[in-house]
Amino acid sequence: MVHTRLSPRASAIDVFTGNTSRRDFLKVSAAAGGGLLLSFALPGFAGAATGDAAVLNAYVRVTPDNVVTIMAKNPEIGQGVMTMLPMLIAEELDVDWSQVRIEQAIADHTIYGRQVAGGSMATPLEWDPLRQVGAAARAMLVNAAARRWKVKTGDCVTAHGEVTHTASGRTLTYGALASAAAKLPVPDLGSVKLKDPKDYTIIGHSIPGYESSKLVKGEPLFGIDMVVPGMLHAVFQKCPVFGGKVVSANLDAIRKLPGVRHAFVVEGGRDLTGLMPGVAILADSWWRADKARRQLEVKWEEGATRRQSSASFARQVKALRAKAPAHSLRHDGDAAAALKGAARVLETAYHYPFIAHAPLEPMNCTAHVRGRKVEIWAPTQNPEPGRSLVAQTLGVDADDITIHFRRSGGGFGRRLMNDYMVEAAWLSKVAGAPVKLVWNRTDDMQHDFYRPGGWHFLKGGLDASGKLIAWQQHFVSFGRNGRFALAAGMEDTIFPAGRVANLSVGYSLIPFGLPTGYLRAPGSNALAFVFQSFLDELAHAAGKDPLQFQIDLLGKDEMLPGRGSGFNTARARGVLEKVREVSDWGRRKLPPRTGEGVAFYYSHLGYFAEVVEAAVAHDGQVKINKVWAVGDIGSQVINPTAAVNMVQGAIIDGLGEALNQKITIENGRVVESNFDTFSPLLLKQAPPIEVHFIKSEHSPTGLGEPPLPPAIPALCNAIFAATGKRIRTLPIDPAALKA
Amino acid sequence: MRYTLHVNGRRHTVDVDSDTPLLWVLRDTIDLKGTKFGCGIGLCGACTVHLDGAPARACLTAISDVGNKAVTTIEGIGATAIGARLQKAWLDVDVVQCGYCQPGQIMSAAALLAQNKMPSEGDIAAAMNGNICRCGTYNRIRDAIAQAAQSDFGAVPNKRKGA
Repeated sequence: MVHTRLSPRASAIDVFTGNTSRRDFLKVSAAAGGGLLLSFALPGFAGAATGDAAVLNAYVRVTPDNVVTIMAKNPEIGQGVMTMLPMLIAEELDVDWSQVRIEQAIADHTIYGRQVAGGSMATPLEWDPLRQVGAAARAMLVNAAARRWKVKTGDCVTAHGEVTHTASGRTLTYGALASAAAKLPVPDLGSVKLKDPKDYTIIGHSIPGYESSKLVKGEPLFGIDMVVPGMLHAVFQKCPVFGGKVVSANLDAIRKLPGVRHAFVVEGGRDLTGLMPGVAILADSWWRADKARRQLEVKWEEGATRRQSSASFARQVKALRAKAPAHSLRHDGDAAAALKGAARVLETAYHYPFIAHAPLEPMNCTAHVRGRKVEIWAPTQNPEPGRSLVAQTLGVDADDITIHFRRSGGGFGRRLMNDYMVEAAWLSKVAGAPVKLVWNRTDDMQHDFYRPGGWHFLKGGLDASGKLIAWQQHFVSFGRNGRFALAAGMEDTIFPAGRVANLSVGYSLIPFGLPTGYLRAPGSNALAFVFQSFLDELAHAAGKDPLQFQIDLLGKDEMLPGRGSGFNTARARGVLEKVREVSDWGRRKLPPRTGEGVAFYYSHLGYFAEVVEAAVAHDGQVKINKVWAVGDIGSQVINPTAAVNMVQGAIIDGLGEALNQKITIENGRVVESNFDTFSPLLLKQAPPIEVHFIKSEHSPTGLGEPPLPPAIPALCNAIFAATGKRIRTLPIDPAALKA
Repeated sequence: MRYTLHVNGRRHTVDVDSDTPLLWVLRDTIDLKGTKFGCGIGLCGACTVHLDGAPARACLTAISDVGNKAVTTIEGIGATAIGARLQKAWLDVDVVQCGYCQPGQIMSAAALLAQNKMPSEGDIAAAMNGNICRCGTYNRIRDAIAQAAQSDFGAVPNKRKGA
């Protein structure tokens, strides 16, 4: 067995941010492909027949009843990947979907390569390799049939999980051929022939979520539903101030409470992404553990972070904005001179807050440590960094840690971090028993890795014809020594960069002690609001239609530097033109205080343009009437029903951020504690969303993130059209929109 | 304290603290894991069950307050005509993303349809607004409820003899 550790932490994060060049992207892709190739050579995977089942490769198992079991390699967090990735294999294997059973794979990158739910990367990374896996298995089955019949493989065809010899009409099922096929050499993945897309019977056809029939009956599939015989139920109280340490706690009193089996201090470390200090309470039921916590009295050493607050950040921003940016990001032409000569200059400031992920299933993990062996059942988006963290913290070998994926009740980037995994493992180690750790909602909201807030000070210059000739931007963010905190950065290629002759972008950083992390469409979820709102302001100042203004600014069709393989101005123009058509942009007669807004964004390799129609009541309440979305994610929408659902969900996610969400820091701790003060979008707020796709000739890319970013500025631009009031601070404040 | 519960037509005797929420009795004592923990204070609806047919938040219902009321959970709602129709509609419309909130959504929808056979959009919004779907499947939740409502309440079945 070859262990090619792919340094998953590094590659996952690079891929997730999208801060990767095309070359890096291919490297990751090749590594995943290499992983697949290796998997064919693993003992027990190639040429194996175990019991009734013939294992054709690490992903495909066939039983004599012609049932084909396909492994779902990546964690399922609601993005539909457990259904979608097996569809790629099943298509090229040439089976009917009714023959297919899906099993969740174990976390093992030596077999399965990258197993991350993040960065909308499953489709672009797996599109070729998993189709090749299916085609290779099919080739082995055809080869087995040809040998049995002593005919040429080229004279055999496949369909519906059967091989047919065309001339004689002889037919055998895959189930009848599989054990012979499993003994044959595995074809080179790169050489297998793939189907012509016009012959697809699975890809491009709507297939319901594989586990949905179980989920609507309440079957126990999630992390929080895990049961291990003899397990204890745990809560873990950390210092409300990030990084605070335990001085003492009333453990003796806690240990006497009903049902409590263990209560102990966890010393922890200083890494906010690792095992932090706290007090663990383990009981015979979760309710008793959490009830005991209400009697817990802890003396904390809160540390320096207690001096940080949203107000203190605002004061630092005020001082920084008066100065030039501390660091430069991009300079084209001479922005200062162009602004001086401009016919019209707009100067504005935008701000977005910290926000939390708040998946509905709180963080949880079940772990069983036995000596040096560790077994973990985790709802995680990113298991390998968790494995490393547990290995380092517990002092065990990474190879002695088994990680089982459990379905995640939402992820949104929160479960890319594995703090809850190492906590469960540590508690099991100390207690000497299997432990299920379940956070309550307050733990979840107050110990997140937050989407960082940010401030942007902008100047834009228009010439006499209304053309954008100058752009000056000072971004105030978080970090230290010129390095952005996690997820607090900004690329230098965001449109309209490259299309404004005189552009100057710089940044200044506030050092701080809060944990930050990736939230769905990281970077873009905040930056789209800034860039696409300010462009809307400039369009209005120029007296132009905002949608046409952006098309004009995109200019000629070409590739500009950008994430992935770059920013394709033609694809951006394409989604804008299509959304103009499907929304009947600018042509509908709207009632008073009702407006339409448009925005587009390129994020995570996908292009989305969206139009929002919103009405603002006299009391300032915003009602979103409808959203039209147009996406270009390449030549195939693999599972259309799931794709439409994902686009609607991402837009609703973005609208929730715009309308409802803000995390406030006071004295180094988070103020909000539950859904009464921090809420996802509610059903009453959710508009109907019409979704369209443009099929372009580009290789298919992912969908979890790209629809989200434009929703926020499209809504804010609609509110401007409705009221003449510009939203420059999130979340939207109805009080500022009163008639 | 010992309590006798009637859950989905079955009797269970449990021995738990009197302030234990029904949610945790269902999940950890009776091992019915379909009722979900989301917020613990009645804000998200993931723990919605029925007590004598009326929707209730199991996280806020102490076991001592359940009394003789019949408890119906997501595991049992499929035995009712409305529940079965909703589960089918949920699959036909392909509502689910992560699926964590959906048991609570279906339980709230079942309580709505039991009271109101043909709810308007406004009725659906009023009845369902307390059920958070973090994945944002609201468009399809509305569609699925409408489909279940229209499927055959008082309507002539599709299979007409002699047709």
